[in-house]
Amino acid sequence: MPATYEPIATTTLGSATATISFTSISSAYTDLRLVLTGTHETTAATVRMQVNSDTGTNYSFTELSGDGATATSARSTSSARINCGNANFNNTLPSLITVDWFSYAGSTNKTCLVTTSQDRNGSGVVYRTVGLWRSTSAITSIQMFPSTGNFATGTTATLYGILRA
Amino acid sequence: MPVTYQLIASNVLSSNVASITFSAIPSTYTDLVLRASVRKNQATTATEFYIKPNSDSGSNYSFTMVYGTGSVATTSSFASNTNGLLIRYIDGTSNTANTFSSSEIYIPNYNSTATKPISSFSVEENNTTSATMAVQAHLYAGTSAITSLLIGVPSLTILAGSSFYLYGIKNS
Repeated sequence: MPATYEPIATTTLGSATATISFTSISSAYTDLRLVLTGTHETTAATVRMQVNSDTGTNYSFTELSGDGATATSARSTSSARINCGNANFNNTLPSLITVDWFSYAGSTNKTCLVTTSQDRNGSGVVYRTVGLWRSTSAITSIQMFPSTGNFATGTTATLYGILRA
Repeated sequence: MPVTYQLIASNVLSSNVASITFSAIPSTYTDLVLRASVRKNQATTATEFYIKPNSDSGSNYSFTMVYGTGSVATTSSFASNTNGLLIRYIDGTSNTANTFSSSEIYIPNYNSTATKPISSFSVEENNTTSATMAVQAHLYAGTSAITSLLIGVPSLTILAGSSFYLYGIKNS
């Protein structure tokens, strides 16, 4: 297998933290993959994502989700972030979130695919989200943060670089 | 930088079997990825194959999923089941001949002794009136590090030509 899938950085929280950031991301790869597993410190929240610390309304996203009772699709335009699921990132059972940013260093607007897995013994929710960041700048940093409060101690996030073979 | 996405083991079936096992999975990785191409000997609409970490048959498995059949999107869930991680949907013998479903399962922190969230995406395409794609959020409540994966189909067999590739991902 070509040496094409490499860890860029990883963090396991030693204390509750409001934002997990990956900074100074090299442009040496083709795509990025972020894997986050963890819980919220105290409550249920939505994990949100921004890139390059851009807090402007430069994002949009479309979601497909199911909670065992209702299958739903929703979208948000001119948003100030991309949501990675909804308010099911809680403090009792772990969630898995993966994010793939495609051609993150290119000169076109940037798209991503988010998977959010939050089963709660049959009462949780599963999400697939496509996101857009309307910027032609290369992505050099990624910020992940709960809509309220902190990620709990032990939450782990890893950023991988994928290089075309 | 180390190479981090590596093949641990594979199994391409040359004959029909009830199950296969990936055993002695090394603890040197952070996450596991299983890629499977599966068909089973079920004449009616096929549903699933199972994965049992460490051959665990306790009531430690649940999932929530959303799926589409080509005409409607639906959701369902399953709590406290003993049948393993149920990966839906897969091709059976009523589907287009010589067609195998495709599935990817992501198991993070498999060395952890905590409950594990798991993601899967499976497609069962075939040239009939209904085909299904499903995304699932699983929860495995087993609290041992995963050292083996037992893979099978309940009361039936996995057909020859099915293939399973297990990869390890290292985060450092």
